[in-house]
Amino acid sequence: MWNRIKLFLLNNGTLLFTILIFVVGYFICGRIYPAMQKPQVFFNLFINNASLLLLAIGMTFVVISNGIDLSVASMLALTTVASAALLKANVNPYVIMPLMLVMGISFGAFQGFIIQRLKVEAFVVTLMGSFFCRGMAYIISLTSVTITDPVYKSLGLQKVLIPGFGKTYVYLYSVVAIIVFLAAIYIAKYTRFGRTMYAIGNNEQSARLMGLPVERTRILVYAFSGFCSSLGGIAFSLALLSGYGQYAPTMEMDAIASVVMGGTLLTGGVGNVIGTLFGVLINGTIVSVLQFNGTLSSWWTRIGVGVLTLLFIGIQMLFQLGGKKKAS
Amino acid sequence: MMETPYILSAKGITKTFPGVQALENVDFSLKRGEVHALMGENGAGKSTLIKCLTGVEQPDKGTIEFDGAAVVVHSPQHAQEIGIATVYQEVNLCTNISVAENVMLGHEPKGVLGNISWKKMNEQAAQSLSKLGVAIDVTKPLGIYSVAIQQMVAITRALEFQSAKVLILDEPTSSLDAHETKQLFDVMRKLKSEGIGIVFITHFLDQVYEVTDRITVLRNGRYVGTFETSSLPRVKLIANMLGRSVSDLDDLSRSKQKVTKVEAGQAVLETKEMGKANYLEPTDLCLQKNEVVGLAGLLGSGRTELANLIFGIETPDTGELLINGKKVTSFSPLDSLKNGIALCPEDRKAAGIVGDLTIRENIILALQARYGWFKFIPLQKQYEIADRYIKLLGIVTPSPDQLTKNLSGGNQQKVILARWLATDPQVLILDEPTRGIDVGAKTEIQKLVLDLAGQGKSCIFISSELEEVLRCSHRVMVLRDHKLVAEFGEEVDDQTIMHTMAGDL
Repeated sequence: MWNRIKLFLLNNGTLLFTILIFVVGYFICGRIYPAMQKPQVFFNLFINNASLLLLAIGMTFVVISNGIDLSVASMLALTTVASAALLKANVNPYVIMPLMLVMGISFGAFQGFIIQRLKVEAFVVTLMGSFFCRGMAYIISLTSVTITDPVYKSLGLQKVLIPGFGKTYVYLYSVVAIIVFLAAIYIAKYTRFGRTMYAIGNNEQSARLMGLPVERTRILVYAFSGFCSSLGGIAFSLALLSGYGQYAPTMEMDAIASVVMGGTLLTGGVGNVIGTLFGVLINGTIVSVLQFNGTLSSWWTRIGVGVLTLLFIGIQMLFQLGGKKKAS
Repeated sequence: MMETPYILSAKGITKTFPGVQALENVDFSLKRGEVHALMGENGAGKSTLIKCLTGVEQPDKGTIEFDGAAVVVHSPQHAQEIGIATVYQEVNLCTNISVAENVMLGHEPKGVLGNISWKKMNEQAAQSLSKLGVAIDVTKPLGIYSVAIQQMVAITRALEFQSAKVLILDEPTSSLDAHETKQLFDVMRKLKSEGIGIVFITHFLDQVYEVTDRITVLRNGRYVGTFETSSLPRVKLIANMLGRSVSDLDDLSRSKQKVTKVEAGQAVLETKEMGKANYLEPTDLCLQKNEVVGLAGLLGSGRTELANLIFGIETPDTGELLINGKKVTSFSPLDSLKNGIALCPEDRKAAGIVGDLTIRENIILALQARYGWFKFIPLQKQYEIADRYIKLLGIVTPSPDQLTKNLSGGNQQKVILARWLATDPQVLILDEPTRGIDVGAKTEIQKLVLDLAGQGKSCIFISSELEEVLRCSHRVMVLRDHKLVAEFGEEVDDQTIMHTMAGDL
């Protein structure tokens, strides 16, 4: 029995460590700022970070397949501006939302196609993709566009009560993010697409020789990331009820940091979405702490995330080395 | 139509790469239920033949028949689909996902929702593996298991889900230990009894005689012959691989050119029980001043491995290395260079010559490394050195500023030699210094080696050509299967060495 526990700890070490850091960290913060002990403050993490969570889920898949997607935050910004502009032009909001998703998916698939077929580095392709999206956002509007559409307003303010927590609520888009999160867990573990993604991340050549659909899978991974980005953009525009090219200026980096804190290896092949969720929550907790403190510069968020991410990478290496020693 | 005994037969396979005739009119046929060894030295065309059979390359000429029908193999995937599976030394599986997934992915059992049923997948994978006598936890990632197990998993995948009728094992045993090799052989025998044809490529002669039924020998891209293993003596096999008839060898006389006598005294270089697990068995070697020691053995016998250990490319895990009686504690090429050891590597294209640098730059490289990168050698000095060696070694070039890639093979080899001589080494290790260069240049290099020994340097001389080893060396050490098996003085003849290499003395 003890052996099995030990084995479980070893196999899921990084994930458990991430969860532990979050729980302990949140607990300590709760002692310092008692307001953080309120359930609503905890659930605010899911409200404030819904878009980041969506971006990070897509990013997790991309990183597992040994790629990177730097275009996610710009795609988010483009989605907010495009939706706002279309709403201003009186297009039906129920047409706009699917349209935005189609835009994200096809743009992601296009990037994946270039990466796979033309063998261009993902870093380069998605960086250019990022420039393109951000640029398009400003072409549509140089200034912030307010959303006054009643459907967006009601969707954006639609509260969902948390059962068992009285009046504690999250917004509808937080629930959407959680649904995508659950779907991503299923896709990664229980579909051929998901497992192929892991195989490609480990060794593309081997995956190909095993007869797995490498090309299709890689293109789909980027399409999924595009889907998550545009969905994140819709959530963002619902939350702020406006669209602006300046939104989420470096959120792709926060997404990558969350993915890494969640135990996904940048070298590909290893990782999972559950870890990413906790990466996002840790990121969110640091932001909350700064808000509660009120006197610290908001740039401490950046420093905190930076230090923690570095710490996590160090811990991951230790676990990896430990695992290897055990095997040999 | 009567079923032929042959599952796979290739006729008249010819393949030319730019500048190289890789295969010329090669025949190969594999019976159902046999283990067939494909033998040959480097450059014999083994890997090109395998590539043609598995669709990695398309032959220029020739036909391939599989299971009684002519086929054109388009791609590795196509080869797998029709039933030709290949397991490489470097296992082509994914180490991060579980063993079960590695066996089943692409054919994974589905649950009610179209999801992967992990329970069924693990059960089926364990069952398939148990057919080969492998009982491991299939839920663990593949990477934690040994290469031997990984190969078994690769074989299982090939057999179960690509229903392979032909299994090509490309040097599967080179990183396995004795027990693992036995395990693999048991599996091979079992598959053989089930009618699967196995092509087995290895450099280990003992293994060929242990497990194979027939042997096909290739040499320089040509078909030498196919033999029953039981009726082909080892020495004949080697004679076939090296391209010399046994009777020729009997009355071969050699011209001794050695001029210097070896000074007895303190050894310049000595290894005591030095070895590395799965790389080279513990080896004793002692090199005196003015001495040339030849290392003989087939490719993969451990010649290059010994050179790599001495030069610090690999770090030994047992024994010790003494230079001038002092124990070496840190192993790296730079340390060796500082200790006065130089190595001319086997593959000059991959490991030696930088083609886009000029002759002068190539010659200066090692010397500069020895001085450290911040003590720049004045340009004038560089030209002096380059000119000296161009003259000394007779490198044919219009100027020291010629790009090295424009030189002939023999001259490139001399440039490498010059690079190491410029560092003024005490001990020079030459790994196949004359491969691929013409006869004239060969003799010059041999003469050079002897001259160097005469000038107080010591040399370790590695070559596949026995004649050359004998002519240049004061002593010959013979290696077989990663082990030093015998040591001879000057009076040994090629016959004895051949028999020692074959291991039937």
